[in-house]
Amino acid sequence: MSAIPLLKISRLTKSFGTNQVLKSVDLEVTAGEVVTVIGPSGGGKTTLLRCVNFLEAYDGGSIKIDGREVGYTDNAGGKKRGEVDLAAMRAETGMVFQSFNLFPHLNAEQNVMLGLRQVRKKPHKEALEIARHWLDRVGLSHKTGSLPSELSGGQQQRVGIARAVAMDPKILLLDEITSALDPELVNEVLDVVRQLASDGMTMLIVTHEIAFARDASHRIVFVADGSVSAQGKPDELMAEVANNERLRSFLSRFSATAH
Amino acid sequence: MNYQLSFTQIWRHFDKLSYGVLLSIELAVIAILIGAVIGLTLAVIYVSSGRVVRAFISAYVEFIRNVPLLLLVYLVFYGLPTVVNIAYDASTSFIVTLSVYAGAYLVEVFRSGLDAVPKGLLDAGKAMGLTPWQRLLHVRLPTMTRITLPALSNTFISLFKDTSIASVIAVPELTFGAQWINNRTFRIVEVYAVTTVIYLVAGYLILFGLRMLERRFRVER
Amino acid sequence: MGELIDAVVYAMPFLMGGLGTTLLVSLITVVLSLVTGVVLGVALIYGPQPVRWVIRLLTDCIRGIPILVLIFAVYYGLPPLGLNLSSFWAAVFALSLFKTAQVIEYVRGAVSSIPRGQMEAAKSIGLIFPQRLRYVIFPQATRRFLPPWVNGVTDAVKGSALVSLLGVVDLMQAINQVIGRTYEPMPLYLLGAVMYFVINYSLSSLSRVLERRYAYIKE
Repeated sequence: MSAIPLLKISRLTKSFGTNQVLKSVDLEVTAGEVVTVIGPSGGGKTTLLRCVNFLEAYDGGSIKIDGREVGYTDNAGGKKRGEVDLAAMRAETGMVFQSFNLFPHLNAEQNVMLGLRQVRKKPHKEALEIARHWLDRVGLSHKTGSLPSELSGGQQQRVGIARAVAMDPKILLLDEITSALDPELVNEVLDVVRQLASDGMTMLIVTHEIAFARDASHRIVFVADGSVSAQGKPDELMAEVANNERLRSFLSRFSATAH
Repeated sequence: MNYQLSFTQIWRHFDKLSYGVLLSIELAVIAILIGAVIGLTLAVIYVSSGRVVRAFISAYVEFIRNVPLLLLVYLVFYGLPTVVNIAYDASTSFIVTLSVYAGAYLVEVFRSGLDAVPKGLLDAGKAMGLTPWQRLLHVRLPTMTRITLPALSNTFISLFKDTSIASVIAVPELTFGAQWINNRTFRIVEVYAVTTVIYLVAGYLILFGLRMLERRFRVER
Repeated sequence: MGELIDAVVYAMPFLMGGLGTTLLVSLITVVLSLVTGVVLGVALIYGPQPVRWVIRLLTDCIRGIPILVLIFAVYYGLPPLGLNLSSFWAAVFALSLFKTAQVIEYVRGAVSSIPRGQMEAAKSIGLIFPQRLRYVIFPQATRRFLPPWVNGVTDAVKGSALVSLLGVVDLMQAINQVIGRTYEPMPLYLLGAVMYFVINYSLSSLSRVLERRYAYIKE
């Protein structure tokens, strides 16, 4: 990668009590790139993603988006950014959650509009247009007035994606977004992600869908035991299997599903 | 603000307070025992009766719960003896009031306890050939403790605090003791400071003890 | 029977005056405790650790003291310390303390029942803390807060009867005064009980209606 990275994570560490979840993670994502993080459960994938928009405060190392440190004014463990500053940084990163986390008291349209109105300060009419545009893009133009409780899991997650991308973030973070879905609903959500990828959206994706990771991403990062164990283009990473014991044992569990 | 704190007068009359707190606890204990009998009986009748009986029980519960305890205390002590031929001292009168009062709250506690017993357990009892009475005695009552014990403890603590209202008809419990000392010594701040501490310490000690008991008697499932 | 009606007709103006005071005491108490309770409740959940300890200690103390003792302590205890409150305001202040502790509990219960993901989703779209409360947390918490809170208003109305012990002429005291003149305790206590019952039963019924309505809103 010769381009300047949009997201630059270096020597990132994070502990919960005595449990060091991230030992030293280095990772770069260039604008327009789709990077998928795979790895065993408990290996730190989700924590890594949550550090990028500072839902988790990291202990050491650095996360920079467009050259600005994410959660701290100076360096990790130092002075945290103020509420307003931090919120502005978070608005630059979209996040889609495993459990959707739609606002249950707002309908699909209002879920998407909340950030546009309150954070981006868009006038009502413009916010509504943007919300409808994105709900249309995720195939929900007929559900704009529905409450989350009236939508299927797959539909809820597509609203979740629309809510995140409508903010026009620099990078989209997807945290195991299909794990809570019934198998038959997984594809409608992954199709939306594929479409965003072909539009050039920068994405950092944590997933268990190995087949999806292979065909949709530019690069796969294998995180195990708190650090990056292997990474490369999908076919490069597969070639790596012979040399990486951890990766081999991890992937062998998927060999039945991954053609 | 040149009020000088002095506790010597309080310690001299401390027996009024120590006697008072014991009487408060005694009143609360008697009330919850009688109240539990009322509550459990009516709850069992409620779940196994038709609409008319249920309406009567609900009327009792709702009336008591929606009227100030102070008014009930007056009504039973000053009002009732003028229409029915009964005579009782203030303590007895207060025990009657607080028991009937506790009963109304405990009907609800026991009723939700009975309702919360899983239907599968009752079916199992039926399948074994237990009579309705046996099912109540051996299945419903023992399995509802998980819900009812904490609620009983909370009710007891509430009743302990409610005994302070007995002071208005001169039952010599803790609050009355405080007023007695206050009237003689005028050490107002000190009396209420000490009384407050006694209520807090006694209340939390009792609660702690009850939580320990709950743990011993709880039927795990 | 005619005498009874006469007694009621005689008593009614006094009782209505008392009822006005009862409602006023309850209203002020409810408003004061709602404002302070919500602020302190939010501070209990989101505030820094020392603030949480102070609020926890405060509410645990208030909840452990009988309301009657609270009222006496405020009324008799504050003047020697240099703070003079009329019997009316002393009673209102004490009742508000008691109700505030209750409201703090309701707020804590309502807010802590909202899944953590809601706060995180609100953070991730860039809302600042006051916005997260206003647009995401409060609208959801209100549905859980309202039914117990409305039901808890009955505690303010019932508790307000204790202000009669400081000589404030509320409904309870008005009843006692009329009895002092007519020597007819039973009909008057029953009449008073019915008046309290009507107010409080309406409130608890409203609470049940709200609870049922909000139960339909699935989360």
